[in-house]
Amino acid sequence: MHVIVDYGLGNLNSVQKGFERVGLETVVTDDLQKIKNAKSIILPGVGAFRDAIERLKKLEMFDLIIKEAKKGKPIIGICLGMQLLYDKSYEYGEYKGLGLMKGEIKKMEISLKVPHMGWNSLKFNKNEDPILKYISEGEYVYYVHSYYADGMDKEQWIATSDYEITIPGIVRNENIYGIQFHPEKSGMTGHKILEAYKELII
Amino acid sequence: MLARRIIPCLDVRNGRVVKGKQFKDIIDVDAPEVLGKFYSDQGADELVFYDITASSDERKTSLEFVKKVADVINIPFSVGGGVSKIEDFTDILRKGADKVSVNSSAVKNPELIKQASEKFGAQCVVLSIDAKKNDKESWSVYVKGGRENSGLDAVEWAVRGVELGAGEIVVNSIDEDGMKRGYDIELLQAITSRVRVPVIASGGAGEMVHFRDAVLQADVDGILAASVFHFGEISIQDLKAYLKSEGIEIR
Repeated sequence: MHVIVDYGLGNLNSVQKGFERVGLETVVTDDLQKIKNAKSIILPGVGAFRDAIERLKKLEMFDLIIKEAKKGKPIIGICLGMQLLYDKSYEYGEYKGLGLMKGEIKKMEISLKVPHMGWNSLKFNKNEDPILKYISEGEYVYYVHSYYADGMDKEQWIATSDYEITIPGIVRNENIYGIQFHPEKSGMTGHKILEAYKELII
Repeated sequence: MLARRIIPCLDVRNGRVVKGKQFKDIIDVDAPEVLGKFYSDQGADELVFYDITASSDERKTSLEFVKKVADVINIPFSVGGGVSKIEDFTDILRKGADKVSVNSSAVKNPELIKQASEKFGAQCVVLSIDAKKNDKESWSVYVKGGRENSGLDAVEWAVRGVELGAGEIVVNSIDEDGMKRGYDIELLQAITSRVRVPVIASGGAGEMVHFRDAVLQADVDGILAASVFHFGEISIQDLKAYLKSEGIEIR
């Protein structure tokens, strides 16, 4: 069983449908036992970092996700879900994240329009990573965000997009993946990314 | 950098997509999810659905289409038409839309933009403005489907809308709508030069060159059109190939 963690923020339907379209059945749940027994964990999310972390803690998911990650269970964070994987965030204050990725979440201080909203192209940092298997460099994906992962460890960057600064689009730390854009909203390119991910975890 | 977005706009009445020429000869076309999937497969970057269902009771049922669309398409889409309170935002976003657009109701109650933006984030709130040139060499905001002059200045209203929290502005030119002689470049320039959120051009598309001009001359982020796509006069694939050949960044 693959679980989509429901911590009470945002619409999880489109993420679930995205996986369903590549043939991966998922269960949306807030049940700790199910998360513990799951084969893989999908951490979605929209909204503010602070609210999300508070809810994860309140629902006793915070420590559980870290524990499962350390055991080697595949985890993928999408959009805000990716940002939650990092050490800390400066969104509306300073908050500690799950600490599964190295780096900090910061506001984009740039001259271009923020939020970074729309279709941007991907540059590959790790051509050989299996999640890129079905897509080519230069394909477009759909982003909506105002904060970004200022990753100190560039070794974790799988693919990035340019928006005056370098935006990590796909990151990876062994069994943990993070995707800043919305693969479930990124047309065929997003579909192929989810397909490649599915093959990694089944 | 971001690609410019091509956005087909679909009118929905009682849960069905309808089309007509300048509000005449309105015919039933297909289910929103079928047409939405068609345009998404053709390469549309985003979709806009306007619910033109007349009564608010019927609109509640009509909006069931939003979930069906969200289930089958994998590109972003917005829903507008008859949105007048915060509960409408909640309802539409829960059904799976990415953005909600407001028009007349925001003119009547600007606080709606602020409330929605604070609750759901600016990226979910689109301010749609129906503008018509007045005799003072500027543009007035019209409401109620373009029938009533609100007295507001269109450019100032766009600026105010962004201050209140709108994350995107759709500019519909009443003068150019259905004329097929191009977007209102002056109006668009006046707005893109004043706001720092994406601006979408609407009203006036007849040929592919009109799309190019809106991007190159008015620097719009997205270009919306309805009839040229619905009546098969321009295909999205051809349009995107043409814009690319003109040096515009396109997905």
